[in-house]
Amino acid sequence: MNTHKSVALAAFAFTLLSSAAYAETQLTVYTAFEAVDLQRYADTFNADHPDIKINWVRDSTGVMTAKLLAEKNNPQADVVWGVAASSLLMLKSEGMLEPYAPAGVEKLDPKFVDNSTPPSWVGMDAYVAAICYNTVEGKKLGLTPPKSWKDLTKPEYKDHVVMPNPASSGTGFLDVSAWLQMFGEKDAWSFMDGLHKNISSYTHSGSKPCKMAGAGETVIGVSFEFPGAKAKSAGAPIDIIFPEEGSGWEAEAGAIMAGTSKLEAAKVLMDWSISKKANEMYNVGYAVLAMPGIAKPVENLPTDVASKMIKNDFEWAATNRNAILKEWNTRYDSKSEPKS
Amino acid sequence: MAAVTDLLIPLPHNTPRLQLDTDDLVKRGLMIVISLYLIVALAAPLYVMLSKSFSTYSFDLTRYEFQVSDAAGNFSQATTAAVLNDRLSVLPPDKLATNADGRLAATSFFPDFSFRSPVKYRIRGTTDDTTYLIGSDLHRGTQWQEVDSNTFRRVALRSSRSTGFDNYVSYFSTPTLFRSIQNSLFIAVISTVLTVGIAFGFAYAMNRSCMRYKGVFRMIAMAPILVPSLLPGIALIYLFGNQGMIRDVLFGASIYGPLGIVVGSVFFTFPHALIIISTALAISDQRHYEAAASLRASRWRTFWTVTIPGARYGLISAAFVVFTLAITDFGLPKVIGGQYNVLAVDIYKQVIGQQNFEMGAVVSVILLVPALAAFVVDRLVQKKQVALLSARSVPYEPKPNRRFDRLCLVWCALVAVFIIGILLVCQLAALVKFWPYDLSLSLKNFAFNHMDGGGWGSYKNSIQLAGLTAIFGTIIVFTGAYMVEKTEGFWKGRAIFHFLAMLPMAVPGLVLGLAYIFFFNNPANPLHSIYGTMTILVICTITHFYTVGHLTALTALKQIDQEFESVAASLKQPFYKLFARVTVPVCLPAILDISIYLFVNAMTTVSAVVFIYSADTALASVAVLNMDDAGDIAPAAAMGMMIFYTNVLARLVHAGLSRAVLVRTQAWRSRG
Repeated sequence: MNTHKSVALAAFAFTLLSSAAYAETQLTVYTAFEAVDLQRYADTFNADHPDIKINWVRDSTGVMTAKLLAEKNNPQADVVWGVAASSLLMLKSEGMLEPYAPAGVEKLDPKFVDNSTPPSWVGMDAYVAAICYNTVEGKKLGLTPPKSWKDLTKPEYKDHVVMPNPASSGTGFLDVSAWLQMFGEKDAWSFMDGLHKNISSYTHSGSKPCKMAGAGETVIGVSFEFPGAKAKSAGAPIDIIFPEEGSGWEAEAGAIMAGTSKLEAAKVLMDWSISKKANEMYNVGYAVLAMPGIAKPVENLPTDVASKMIKNDFEWAATNRNAILKEWNTRYDSKSEPKS
Repeated sequence: MAAVTDLLIPLPHNTPRLQLDTDDLVKRGLMIVISLYLIVALAAPLYVMLSKSFSTYSFDLTRYEFQVSDAAGNFSQATTAAVLNDRLSVLPPDKLATNADGRLAATSFFPDFSFRSPVKYRIRGTTDDTTYLIGSDLHRGTQWQEVDSNTFRRVALRSSRSTGFDNYVSYFSTPTLFRSIQNSLFIAVISTVLTVGIAFGFAYAMNRSCMRYKGVFRMIAMAPILVPSLLPGIALIYLFGNQGMIRDVLFGASIYGPLGIVVGSVFFTFPHALIIISTALAISDQRHYEAAASLRASRWRTFWTVTIPGARYGLISAAFVVFTLAITDFGLPKVIGGQYNVLAVDIYKQVIGQQNFEMGAVVSVILLVPALAAFVVDRLVQKKQVALLSARSVPYEPKPNRRFDRLCLVWCALVAVFIIGILLVCQLAALVKFWPYDLSLSLKNFAFNHMDGGGWGSYKNSIQLAGLTAIFGTIIVFTGAYMVEKTEGFWKGRAIFHFLAMLPMAVPGLVLGLAYIFFFNNPANPLHSIYGTMTILVICTITHFYTVGHLTALTALKQIDQEFESVAASLKQPFYKLFARVTVPVCLPAILDISIYLFVNAMTTVSAVVFIYSADTALASVAVLNMDDAGDIAPAAAMGMMIFYTNVLARLVHAGLSRAVLVRTQAWRSRG
């Protein structure tokens, strides 16, 4: 009975392994790119490099980061492509990335390139913090749309604001670390004290607040710009507001995993991933690209999104992450008393 | 020779034999193999997780040495960070504990640090494995690194690993985390009281009244078992959320939080409680009631002195099952819990949100405690259970009573409306184009390939997982139960096996999943290669749901008289022939029950697999979670309903098969 089982399982595992054993080189690529984009990205890449096959392993940024760190002693990925720069910075400080300067890296905006030489990671595009505001529900309640982050502390928005929890969402942490950098420590915490009074719930994912605003579950969702643009195209009555103080942002970035046995193919992919063609490919969903001067406007988004981005110090955020989250948890998480 | 003596002098069975024959050796061998399976798939991962929770991280300041230069470039004596810390008391000893990602800025030991000064700094470790960061570059070892002051502000010490209770200390001193224990207990207790109460009423109506439509009610009552636990959460948002259809019913209270979790928990735990209580109420002796009637006891009194005592073990069992399900469920509080922190979600937050595996392990161990306690108490109570039915018992036959029957009908109808309502709302949610702004119907929410979560592929994977789990799970579980039941002697081994088989019931799925990461995703583990494949999902799911299948198989096997074994042995028939020709056919209904149980649960489970699925093995149930997480609630509901319909279909196939099997192999049960 059990030999039968192990034989069957072995056969099964074998089929899994061998199911795609045709292309000359196969790269295991870990990614947090949107699910819809994967096939298009792989096809565009294969048009230039048909001999390299991409095996995507996709999940949300948090899960992907946890998975990469869990596999630290025996990395499964050859390349990470389309994971948040902050996450890659974390991998870099564990010594898990292979430094490599892709051909043409000098053409990228320097803030999209790791500051070591050679860089350990390079950016593709950016997503920018924004507020999704439901105009229908806002009108029903007689609210005025916010113009700035500080506006969100106004008493009229009480229980109408949703934001991601920085302890479970990278986007949430991005917001908090951007406020700390923009306003300075003291002002930022007192701003968040005020904001907390208006928050109806903290979500576990970064795009959910915007989708909740789109569905009228909340009026104001603190999120980022592209789920907003997407929800608007799907028929959600929302405005995407870029607060006047500026916005935190995160780069989608790529890197080669240290110790990969397919270094040459990985380099080819990295070279290609920052090419003009690749940047145009990212432009379908993303308004801000690593390569300056080629971005075309994206539906439902203003053309000057890039100008809203603050100078984001990823390294500072990574070094202080533990302390920030601890402070945030003490201030806000323990306050959420049972209501019944 | 032995066979001849056997024939001449019939030995009473259970007589210890002096020599083991091949059959016994094979049986014991198989039992050991399945024990090994349970050890590898359950005990070892749990052990690794336990040890992970004791692996702590702190800043070891004696491992770092600094040198500072004056403006002319002459360096001072090397000083360790520990000495500097003593001198300046930067960090009290209890602040040195941190996590795997701990970083401590080196500048904190230099109060007059200025990044503009011409001073230079040197840093090195005192051991080869000391690590620190300059910028985000990892440095290691005892080589001096010289940096200017502008770079020195980017130098951070990393934490080093040791063993101890620090994680537990820090857990219990964090009020947020600690409150989760209270919250979890609160939710579980309230859900248990409500579910057991409602299920008791329902079971009472089904067994003790003459109301109509019992068959229909039975079918409806089992429906929640066929959907993932987070589906009621989605339905409740559509009903009572801020844009809910009937949100005014709540008078401004929020469904996000304890209220939503409790209502959802009642929904998904109801069938589990009903099955147990129904079994307890089904066996009762008519004569007790006749005695009560002749003593002129009131109905009310009879209820409290006859009915409740008779059903009390069932009630206690049901309460523990509901309690364990409610406290360990993770999908529901994640979907509708809002700000309300519970243990199960904390594990997810720690591991996925903060990549703090050690703290995740600590919370898992804490979640294991109430589940284990409930399990132990339940076992102790069950031991006291004595047979209620003797050979002279007369089965209870309810008599029609119009008022009582109508009351029962109303109660069951209310419960049925609640269950059907939740499912209908999900179906509606799946079909509406853009709630609440575009109410036209469309199938666009079923276009899973455009969403997070793995698309239609995940649905196929789920069916594959459910099929494999049902097939291999049934084989393993039934064989194990057979070996443990029909082996003679070998008491110790059988006791250990029995314990291992009961253990999965007390282990929350989330804890099992996390333990699998620690155990299998370790390159030193020879089984590492199954990590990320369908195989590990199958193993995890079989293990997670092992106990109920094991108990079902045991019950069926106990019905077969031990004589068969003796007769087969005396006829020199090897045990496998008996197994194939008698045991399996006789137990076929139970075998089918085990396989449908495994199939349905493999389709709906989230908690055990959420940590170990990979891109190639994304699952439908996890897709529901992930789509909801990304805010795509309608597609999440759509996928949830796909799981529901698949399970309904599986149930129908099962019912058809069972009927056919009964006709073909169970003719012996009736004398006709």
